[in-house]
Amino acid sequence: MNLPRPQASTTDLAWLHTRLVVDAQAAGLLDLAYRVVDSPVGPLLVAATGTGIVRVAFAADGYDDILDDLAARISPRILEAPARLDSAARQLDEYFHGRRHTFDLPLDLRLATGFRRDVIVHLPTIGYGHTASYAEVAAASGSPRAVRAVGTACAKNPLPVIVPCHRVVRSDGGIGQYVGGVDAKRALLQLESSA
Amino acid sequence: MPRPDRLPPFERVVATHGATVLRVCRALLGPVDADDAWSETFLAALRAYPDLEPGRNVEAWLVTIAHRKAIDVHRVRARIPVPTETLPERPASTGIPGSGDDELWQAVAALPFTQRAAVVYHHVAGLPYAEIAEILGNSTDAARRAAADGRAALRRHYQLETGTRR
Repeated sequence: MNLPRPQASTTDLAWLHTRLVVDAQAAGLLDLAYRVVDSPVGPLLVAATGTGIVRVAFAADGYDDILDDLAARISPRILEAPARLDSAARQLDEYFHGRRHTFDLPLDLRLATGFRRDVIVHLPTIGYGHTASYAEVAAASGSPRAVRAVGTACAKNPLPVIVPCHRVVRSDGGIGQYVGGVDAKRALLQLESSA
Repeated sequence: MPRPDRLPPFERVVATHGATVLRVCRALLGPVDADDAWSETFLAALRAYPDLEPGRNVEAWLVTIAHRKAIDVHRVRARIPVPTETLPERPASTGIPGSGDDELWQAVAALPFTQRAAVVYHHVAGLPYAEIAEILGNSTDAARRAAADGRAALRRHYQLETGTRR
């Protein structure tokens, strides 16, 4: 006997998903919310815990891998919940239009520990439109000889764009590496210098 | 690649199994109660998810939870509404559950609960009878028999109603 399959349309499932997000939030079960935000440097994955924004990632990082990593390191209770990230999306949009120079968002820095965290905490002090060398950041983070470690900290910055590791460049004037690729770094520095 | 002993993000569980669980709920309960059963199932699943043992058949796990919700609905067809303050208007939906098969689903709905569950879990969720026995709390043979009895009743219904076999 062949039973027909009852319908389960994408519209119905999208509505149920929205309802699940609302219920999960009300029940305190939404440990991680994420959405993808369009930007001139490609779509960005933005994820937040109850504390604040915990991760920003470029498409090249592979969103599935990023989400797997967040599930393993923070919690598998992860849902795509765009509304939870409205404020981050709006501020990123303002930033990419040159209308915002500093981000005013709660951050969750748990993915950066030890010296890397010291570097991440220091980076926002490099002002919009300015740059600092890896050596300068190393000195300002309290370990003048840890220039290479600053490079690693920037490369592993869990919150690129919002925490401006793109403002850290080489002492010889070279642009240096970037987690989102050198083109993205150049685009961000160009945006900030023209605004 | 994630290690197999790690749980994937729950979003992927919803994306992978949401449709099947909705079909199961609709076949089991009808359209109105199905939405609530789906919502309660995935909320309960989200709550328990971090403790899910790796390697567990996730679909069978979800159907197990849906089954418990369905029993609740079956026992008391009265519900407490969920908070909906930020919930958007529901988009219009076409006939549920079926497209011209409503009559069959009404016949399924008229089956005794255990027969109905066995039929739906096997034919809609595609679960093996061993898994269905776990869910129903009976033996594999009993689960198979319940589904067979259910199918026989549906056939009788169709022969009576339309004179045709399905």
